[in-house]
Amino acid sequence: MIRFEGAVVRYPRAARAAVDGVTLDAPVGRVTAVAGPNGSGKSTLVRALLGRIPVAAGRVLVGDDDAAHLDRRTFATRVAVVPQREEPAFPLRVRDYVALGRYPHGGAWGAATPEDRSAVDRAVARADVAALAERRTDELSGGEWQRVRIARALAQEGRALVLDEPTTFLDVAHEMAVFELLAALAVEGVAVLLVSHQLNLVARFAHHIVLLNRGRVAAAGTPADVMQGSTLEAVYEWPLVVSRDPAVGAPTLVPLRAARRLP
Amino acid sequence: MTRLGDLSAVRFWLPAAAALVALLTAAVAFGAVPLSPHAVWRAVLGAGDETTVAIVRSLRMPRAALAALVGAALGMSGAALQGSLRNALAEPYLLGVSGGAAVGAVSAVALGVAGAAAVPVAAFAGAAVAVGVVLLVARAARGRADPRVLLMAGVIVGAFANAAIMVALADAPPNTTRGALWWMMGSVAGADWPRVAWLALYLAVGGGALVLWARDIDVLSLGEEPAAALGVHVERASRRVYLAASLLAAATVAAAGLVGFVGLVVPHIARGAGLRGHRAVLLGAALCGAALLVGADLAARVLRAPAELPLGAVTALVGVPFFLVQLRRASA
Repeated sequence: MIRFEGAVVRYPRAARAAVDGVTLDAPVGRVTAVAGPNGSGKSTLVRALLGRIPVAAGRVLVGDDDAAHLDRRTFATRVAVVPQREEPAFPLRVRDYVALGRYPHGGAWGAATPEDRSAVDRAVARADVAALAERRTDELSGGEWQRVRIARALAQEGRALVLDEPTTFLDVAHEMAVFELLAALAVEGVAVLLVSHQLNLVARFAHHIVLLNRGRVAAAGTPADVMQGSTLEAVYEWPLVVSRDPAVGAPTLVPLRAARRLP
Repeated sequence: MTRLGDLSAVRFWLPAAAALVALLTAAVAFGAVPLSPHAVWRAVLGAGDETTVAIVRSLRMPRAALAALVGAALGMSGAALQGSLRNALAEPYLLGVSGGAAVGAVSAVALGVAGAAAVPVAAFAGAAVAVGVVLLVARAARGRADPRVLLMAGVIVGAFANAAIMVALADAPPNTTRGALWWMMGSVAGADWPRVAWLALYLAVGGGALVLWARDIDVLSLGEEPAAALGVHVERASRRVYLAASLLAAATVAAAGLVGFVGLVVPHIARGAGLRGHRAVLLGAALCGAALLVGADLAARVLRAPAELPLGAVTALVGVPFFLVQLRRASA
């Protein structure tokens, strides 16, 4: 559904390209995760997908269309993006905020159609935020706000859902709830592209992991392929071991204390 | 998004409309020849003695109407700028937009291309340049995200505009200078029906465009990246909102000089009363701005009667404390 083909993205006056020839595929029905250290180009991929920064070489495809040539609204009806940071300048009622997800579907006046209202109802129910619908966006906790933002993206009803660090600042329960929701959406036929620091959770939920380092793909494949101690140690430049979590059987990264650095 | 119904009708629209009607009546009733509200409405409808009808219809009504339109235009301009710039302190006067418009208008008069139609066009050109410069300065200072940096850029551009006008007026005859000074402090004393008519036209064009783009402003107020994710052409949509807001501010400057802080205060009143989507906030700010400025002009005439205070001074006396409260909130 979303494909990066040899994409190169360069910020003005930057010494090296932030994204340097990345190829990855986020197909329908799968959770595809992009992981990597700070500054490895993860968020730049999202910005390039949104057209906020031009792709210098290669291309970004949405379905069969080049994202750069897609009408912005058409793009937003196919791909819903939850950016890393977002704060309304002025508080909105949660339901009205979720209804902004219908913006790309609306005409000039943007009057809500019955179809819009039922899409908002479905999104609110799916993201489990019905109890918050009448609250104000500035009265929500971090976990509630994150779920409300996902509800807004779901209201767009695109085939693809892109999330940039959706679980930063969330506690364990809220984090798990978000990952469970993403896994369920993939089963329902959504292409989920997830940018995340949480390698251990990603290893449990993603079908395919792309590990970025300095703008390039350092490793890609199933969690078992990518979660190799030597690979991760080289990318993160920190001593670590990968063990198998005894409870769930997933590969788990365990960073070591600097003092106990192995020879 | 726009829910004109529910509680906001009781909490906002009805009281605001009633306040506007009451203030308009009081504004027309007060003057050297005081009139009762009853006499005012009879004269508006053309009944009563000729002198009263003349006073009401050709002297006092245009002034009250001009004040209402200036307030409505400034309120909408402020609401649009606050939403699209994501800045609770934004308004045309503090952002230097009105100052730029004043330079444009003064240049037009100085160059002799004056005429009721040309002055607003020149003011609009000046306002558009000012918006561009303010945004460039703020971007160069890497402070578009910080509301205070944008305001600082606006105040600097406004100060430069003031200086430019003073220089232009240096060798003007004393009469012109005195008139220009009044104008720079804002006044609706020169109101007549033609001026009311063309300001109404500019308000219809600029305000209508903003109401049409209200949903774009809703999305822009989420931030650049979320707005782009929802399918807005961020740069294009922002630019046309800035231009429409500048057009409104420029038209008020051409009609009544520099009146500050109305655009700052009234969107907050509208949101405080529970209005949320920008279509409602824009219309609410227009209604509230009209009532506020009619009231301010009445106060300007009443407080030191028979002397008259500059309108911009009255709005600043109300607006500056309000600004300080908002600044405290924005910095928190």
